[in-house]
Amino acid sequence: MHRFANPARFMRIATLVLPWAMGVAILTLGAGLWFGLAGSPADYQQGESVRIMYVHVPAAWMGMFCYTAMAVCSAMALIWKHPLADLLARATAPVGAAFTFVCLVTGALWGKPMWGTWWVWDARLTSMLILLFLYLGYMALADAFDDPQRGQKAAAILSLVGVVNVPIIKWSVDWWNTLHQPASVVKMGGPAIDSSMMIPLMLMAVGFHAFWVVVLILRTRAEIAAAKVRTLRMAQVHAAGQAEQA
Amino acid sequence: MESLNAFLSMGGYGGYVWSSYALTVVVLAGVLWASVRAARLREVELEQLQSMRPNRRRRRAAPDTQPPESQVS
Repeated sequence: MHRFANPARFMRIATLVLPWAMGVAILTLGAGLWFGLAGSPADYQQGESVRIMYVHVPAAWMGMFCYTAMAVCSAMALIWKHPLADLLARATAPVGAAFTFVCLVTGALWGKPMWGTWWVWDARLTSMLILLFLYLGYMALADAFDDPQRGQKAAAILSLVGVVNVPIIKWSVDWWNTLHQPASVVKMGGPAIDSSMMIPLMLMAVGFHAFWVVVLILRTRAEIAAAKVRTLRMAQVHAAGQAEQA
Repeated sequence: MESLNAFLSMGGYGGYVWSSYALTVVVLAGVLWASVRAARLREVELEQLQSMRPNRRRRRAAPDTQPPESQVS
């Protein structure tokens, strides 16, 4: 892993990966939208409203995936002091927050016609809302210090404490069986969902992951450039100070 | 036209389905736009800073050869 901790090597790999990730995102999201909106059947119970699933469920997966990725990067930053791990964690947070927000709002838009309510304090919904607050807390904390390194460290610790919420989200539907339906894709004994619905679901999931890769590369590039700008400005201030002393 | 209307109405759930997809597109496009913009702004700023000090190596090698008085005289 240390091979990839070098920002120059990251930039080289990122330049190679970026166009492919963009291509995969455009193709899978395009196909996913078509299959999700037109090329798949209506549900026998939920009618056409089931199409909300094709954005809601992959967004929920991404909310948990991005948080786990952020926590793993934070752990690597705390333990091995990887120069890139902090930047990757920082770059992932807004994507995860955006997907969690999409999941919550599309869930409300699905809940109104199907459950008759926008929101209930069901275990799955509540733990997902906590996930959104963890993302917001992480981003606020990372920027709350004058010294970016101290902010990073505090935010990394918060993300590690908050990772306990991810398994709670996953199994909340089994532990507290209230209103949200249990898992039907990732479960023991194989998925309980027809392939006509599985295709758009998987296309959207792949597309969202590719989107994450694109945004991750862009944001990490911005973070690397920002770190270099900070170093150069510090060197300028230092040089000016030396000149005054001379 | 009939089939288009049927498609848009989504069996009566059109408002919910279309607002879900619209929200997803708007949020993801917003994240992408902000990320492209951040990368571009910071990289431009870095290039400007680097072009401002092309004699970085020379200056670092001999920091005492350019005292501030030289600009005044």
